[in-house]
Amino acid sequence: MSKLFISPSPHVYEDTTVKRLMFDVVIALLPALLFSVYFFGMGAIIVTLTAVVSCLAFEWLIQKYILKEEPSITDGSALVTGILLAFNVPTNLPIGIIIIGSLVAIGVGKMSFGGLGNNPFNPALVGRVFLLISFPVQMTSWPVPTGFSNSYTDAVTGATPLGVMKEGISAGEPVSAIMDKIPGHMELFYGHMGGSMGEIAALALLLGLGYMLFRKVIKIHIPLSIFLTIGVFTGILWLVNPESNADPIFHLLTGGVMLGAIFMATDYVTSPMSVKGMWIFGIGIGIITVAIRVFGAYPEGISFAILIMNAFVPLINMYVKPKRFGEEVKNG
Amino acid sequence: MLKTFPKGGVHPAEGKYSANSAIEVLPLPKQVSIPIAQHIGAPSKPVVTKGDKVKVGDKIAESTGFVSANIHSSVSGTVFKVDKVLDSTGYKRPCVIINVEGDEWHESIDKSTDLKKEISLTDKEIIHRINESGIVGLGGATFPSHVKLSVPDGKKIDVLIINGVECEPYLTSDHRLMLEKAEEMLVGIQILMKALGVNLALIGIENNKPDAIEHLEKLVKDYPGIEVHALKVQYPQGGEKQLIKALINREVPSGGLPLDVGAVVHNVGTAYAVYEAVQKNKPLFERVVTLTGKSVKKPSNFMVRIGTPVSYLIEAAGGLPEDTGKVINGGPMMGKALNALDVPVVKGASGILIMPAELSQRKKEVNCIRCAKCVSVCPQGLEPYLLNRLAQLEKNDKLETDGVMDCIECGSCAYTCPAGLPLLDYIRLGKSRVSQIIRSRKQ
Repeated sequence: MSKLFISPSPHVYEDTTVKRLMFDVVIALLPALLFSVYFFGMGAIIVTLTAVVSCLAFEWLIQKYILKEEPSITDGSALVTGILLAFNVPTNLPIGIIIIGSLVAIGVGKMSFGGLGNNPFNPALVGRVFLLISFPVQMTSWPVPTGFSNSYTDAVTGATPLGVMKEGISAGEPVSAIMDKIPGHMELFYGHMGGSMGEIAALALLLGLGYMLFRKVIKIHIPLSIFLTIGVFTGILWLVNPESNADPIFHLLTGGVMLGAIFMATDYVTSPMSVKGMWIFGIGIGIITVAIRVFGAYPEGISFAILIMNAFVPLINMYVKPKRFGEEVKNG
Repeated sequence: MLKTFPKGGVHPAEGKYSANSAIEVLPLPKQVSIPIAQHIGAPSKPVVTKGDKVKVGDKIAESTGFVSANIHSSVSGTVFKVDKVLDSTGYKRPCVIINVEGDEWHESIDKSTDLKKEISLTDKEIIHRINESGIVGLGGATFPSHVKLSVPDGKKIDVLIINGVECEPYLTSDHRLMLEKAEEMLVGIQILMKALGVNLALIGIENNKPDAIEHLEKLVKDYPGIEVHALKVQYPQGGEKQLIKALINREVPSGGLPLDVGAVVHNVGTAYAVYEAVQKNKPLFERVVTLTGKSVKKPSNFMVRIGTPVSYLIEAAGGLPEDTGKVINGGPMMGKALNALDVPVVKGASGILIMPAELSQRKKEVNCIRCAKCVSVCPQGLEPYLLNRLAQLEKNDKLETDGVMDCIECGSCAYTCPAGLPLLDYIRLGKSRVSQIIRSRKQ
């Protein structure tokens, strides 16, 4: 021994690192990725690889040549953004568009704010919404889930259950008749439907949720509050008028609710810090999602809902504080 | 369901290597350096000078106020000098340095080891004796014990809480004391109950010491009013506010003291010292110190005279391991890293922890990812990530309204931070700035 280290307490640390947390998220995403490959075939693999590689590359290039700082792509956060971006687009999306989406996600959504930890909006959703507005046709042509028999460049496409529902209701068809054109609830649960690559399989996404809860990566509050809010809100509408509103289970299993609630809304950087804040955030997302689905122009609204609530996070953090020890006694 | 505090907390690896090592009396060193400021409050004033002969238990420095404590010689011999010596705080501070000659105790001390159960002193006499004996909180806070027993007018205490939690990883001195000196400790608790005029004392022990819990549960049957409670293993269970909340579900108000909710908390080590002072007329000049660490040859619990150099304990436990990187006075969560090994053991030293070099450095710092883990582990319901930021920006007014003064410096936030941020370093800095402002406001 030559010298003694001196530092203030504490002197021991939990072995959890940012890297470990990010790779746990990647592991949690794997079941959904496997389901997507099963249902969409080659397209799922091509889209995922393109998004991941371009997200990593853009982060590395921006850090190295524009910000002139030590690249930190090994922390896993750009990997997560890449996978999530891929999960949020259809599997027949041209490679060029995916690369543009990755540039927007990483460049605009994340690095322009100072990199990991500083971005107010979920980077993958920034990329997705940018693409949705810029390439509305490509972003809403959904391959049908026929596995590897479907080609990447020339996929057979069809509408998503939410799209069918929206169209049917606005054409004045009764919901019971529309339901006949849509896969049953059990099929929806394991993901046999058209949609964005990673959003289809509720079962796989819930497995991922279970893993992240088990590894204490996230807390249950945000997903739970979103599920409950959407369930209650659509439940009320359905009870009031079951012929012009779909049932709550349908709403929970279709579109991006599972993916959004489990993986997008729970992004550390862009969600509130306190448990109370998490509930407000989740309830807000639930209400806006249902409002867009039922009263808005788009069939799906969870991406917008999450981005809108992302904008409220600083405000929520400022006004919604955890209860301090001994506080009530002092005030009372 | 085991009792615990309601919010936050962490569970670091326990590493209680020395749990089965019985307390060993450490042989006397050649020289002791006894600091005159070993407690919270005013430093005491030396009453001996160079060349004076002292016996074990002689008063060598006198309390200088209500919140202060007497210091007694831990050895017999000759005062070598009164001088500034580097101590565990990292600063040179005044010490009485005594060359050891023999081991002659003051005549009034009862050296017998028989258990003396009968308490003959009155409450006033007990508090006076505790004050005279220089007893301070031995859990580590070193607050003079007589102050806690002198309840101000208008306050009513109905319960005494005894802290046998020992929630710091590695440390086992309280654990061993509860096993080996249980009866003495229980009499000490009765003495404290008498001084406070309460009929109920609750001993809180973390559930990782089942032998101590069982042992005490058997013994308390003969001590009416004393109860043993097993607590969940969750750091900082031994934090005063957390312990009170866990045991009697009362919440000490922000900025308040346990006596605001009718409770007084003492450590098990303090209870034992009280027994010795009141029943055996023995002032506080020795204590149990754990000497432990992953690479330590012989993790031990020593009965050590105050003022003994730390290096002397290390030798007795098999020498300093090759791979030593850090030596900590106290536990790994709240202890202080030492910058020298010849510093003296003081009244508040419950353990010396030797950390291997590979565990001595901090985690690499990366950006805060706002994961909110610090918020969920804070037992005080604070937002460490925010306090950290506010302290860096020197936003002192915001720091105060966001409760920085409520921080108990348990370190759970920095322990858990996946980004490796030194949260507590900055929070401490902010806390000291804010407390300066609060003080200047009062003047």
